[in-house]
Amino acid sequence: MTVILNQSFTGVSIGAVLLLIALGLTLTFGQMGVINMAHGEFIMAGAYTTYVLQKSIGDAGISLLLALPVAFLVAGSMGALLEWLLIRRLYTRPLDTLLVTWGVSLMLQQLARDIFGAPNVQTRAPDLLTGSVSIAGVTLANSRLFILGFALLCVFGLAATLRTTPLGRRIRAVVQNRDLAEVSGIATGQVDRTTFFIGSGLAGMAGVALTLIGPIGPTTGTNYIVDAFLVVVVGGIGRLRGAVITAFALGLLQSVLEYSTTVSVAKVVVLVGIVAFLQWRPQGLYTVRTRSLV
Amino acid sequence: MSGLITRRGLLTGISALGAGAALSACGAKTGGDTSKAAGAKADTSGSTVKVGLLNSLSGTMAISEVTVHNALLLAVKEINAAGGVLGKKLEPVSQDGASDWPTFAEKAQALITDSKVVATFGCWTSASRKAVKPVFERNKSLLFYPVQYEGLEQSPYIFYSGATTNQQIVPALDYLKKQGLTKLYLVGSDYVFPRTANKIIKTYAKANGMEVLGEDYAPLGSTEFATIVNKVKGAGADAVFNTLNGDSNVAFFKEYKSAGLTARKLPVLSVSIAEEEVKSIGTQYLEGQLTAWNYYQTTPGAANEKFVAAYQAAYGRNKPTSDPMEAAYISVHLWKAMVEKAGSFDVEKVKAASDGIEFDAPEGKVTVDGATQHVHKTARIGKVTANGLIEEVWNSGGPIKPDPYLKGYDWAADLS
Repeated sequence: MTVILNQSFTGVSIGAVLLLIALGLTLTFGQMGVINMAHGEFIMAGAYTTYVLQKSIGDAGISLLLALPVAFLVAGSMGALLEWLLIRRLYTRPLDTLLVTWGVSLMLQQLARDIFGAPNVQTRAPDLLTGSVSIAGVTLANSRLFILGFALLCVFGLAATLRTTPLGRRIRAVVQNRDLAEVSGIATGQVDRTTFFIGSGLAGMAGVALTLIGPIGPTTGTNYIVDAFLVVVVGGIGRLRGAVITAFALGLLQSVLEYSTTVSVAKVVVLVGIVAFLQWRPQGLYTVRTRSLV
Repeated sequence: MSGLITRRGLLTGISALGAGAALSACGAKTGGDTSKAAGAKADTSGSTVKVGLLNSLSGTMAISEVTVHNALLLAVKEINAAGGVLGKKLEPVSQDGASDWPTFAEKAQALITDSKVVATFGCWTSASRKAVKPVFERNKSLLFYPVQYEGLEQSPYIFYSGATTNQQIVPALDYLKKQGLTKLYLVGSDYVFPRTANKIIKTYAKANGMEVLGEDYAPLGSTEFATIVNKVKGAGADAVFNTLNGDSNVAFFKEYKSAGLTARKLPVLSVSIAEEEVKSIGTQYLEGQLTAWNYYQTTPGAANEKFVAAYQAAYGRNKPTSDPMEAAYISVHLWKAMVEKAGSFDVEKVKAASDGIEFDAPEGKVTVDGATQHVHKTARIGKVTANGLIEEVWNSGGPIKPDPYLKGYDWAADLS
């Protein structure tokens, strides 16, 4: 029983990581249709931000808390810059965004290698987060609880922004019908850039959370990008609710399979399962209704 | 907009990218152009000779291999300062294997064919060694391999200056058995070294009244260890035998501590974590855990004091030295002694001169065994201390004769 509970918590915590890395992507890919292969490098930028702050501040706890907003700004600005430089010229050619952003992602990786060196680096977690709490024989790692809480906070924050704020309404308007939004007086270009800023910023904060789990390197983001796309595609493009359910479902499935088989077998089974699922529901779990013509 | 992209199309694209990466990682490429091989000759005509240094300077293995590269450069510098080899200065040529086995094979070929090196030093993972082995054999060129490995191998063109299994893994198992830690859980990276090592461990366990309760592998570079740690925790083992490589160890030990496991509750014995890794993983995650090696920075002796001082003078006060670095460092000195005994850089003559070559190494006296091209080494078990170094808790009392195929052990009869 304890094993099942432990394993469920593991699944939920894997799900939380998936959710965090996919959240920004639901915005940029889901809402805007941009296949941003550089999303992983924004995650990496967030992770390195934590590293740099820790190097200069020293205190692990303060630098981690400070890293969250700073990484949001750093990765967000990178995203907005990328949108302004390249992506806004490609909104009518979504598949080209894949190639362009892939090129950008390779350049960013090389840049990171030049700045921080090729070997991976580590950050120290604050003492509070290296321990664990035990509830009814189940060990809950503090770092995982932190990531879970933080992921949920981000989801609610994003949902509230999209649903209740004027910016959120403008984003939804542009997604549903760009032309009509334009004639209604919405500066669609600016909305695009802001959306990209938020989406990339979320990736940056995911990067901060990932430093609690493993090492940071130039290819940190690449390790997660495929999983992030899977969550968004299976969840139904552009649907926050779909991404949340998918992330946790995949996390649980992965952990159950890993427990009963091996890591590699679990990966294969999950991928086969996803392919089968998309045969049955190519549109994903949820779909967005759009009036846009293309 | 999103209508233009079909989800299936995207998924196919992503999986094709993934498959492409996987294929190149599996070693679809071979070690370069074979037609050049016959003409590949080491160039010893000038006043300098080139030696190849082949290490991962980038990628998941760089955390470990850069230190080996540094130690090799140190040895080359020392030898040059003392007048070189047979009157010729050494010119190191570094190549980055980039933690990618096909790249290792390509770079090995480039060192031999383009740089015309007299010998090559390097490689860390067994996968990289297996990838370059045919290249060195085909070109009849020498590789000096400095890292402990899984044994069951002997190549006429490779000298092994790290431990083979009877100098590290078998003594480690003997030690655990003596401590009464007989129920083991095996955790390793998913490639040749951990799988072979675990095969040996399981065979040993069966013959020695020990029990292997579980065995798990994570892909090289993997950072998700929650499930494996859960399994370890639930298995009821006395000790974990850890053959993870590279920075997966960071994620593993972070998770291990998060799960409330400590060195006292469930000790982990690692065979691929040395001082450099301890430092970058974080001492707070590793304090009290066990390692098995032939050398520690704390190993007593004048030769080691000199080595540590020279290394720290070159690379920084706070840089630790480690077993693979030491094995790399001695490999260059051993090669020098072989060449001088042979009076020639010629590969066959150097090999013929190798038996009995001695060196007063930081780990103590080492002797080359010409028959296996391995080295007699002392086995040591150590415990990670609070200051990030490793303190010896046991040693074999003297150098152990290398036995890569474990021919001297009855229980290992069906292994090879």
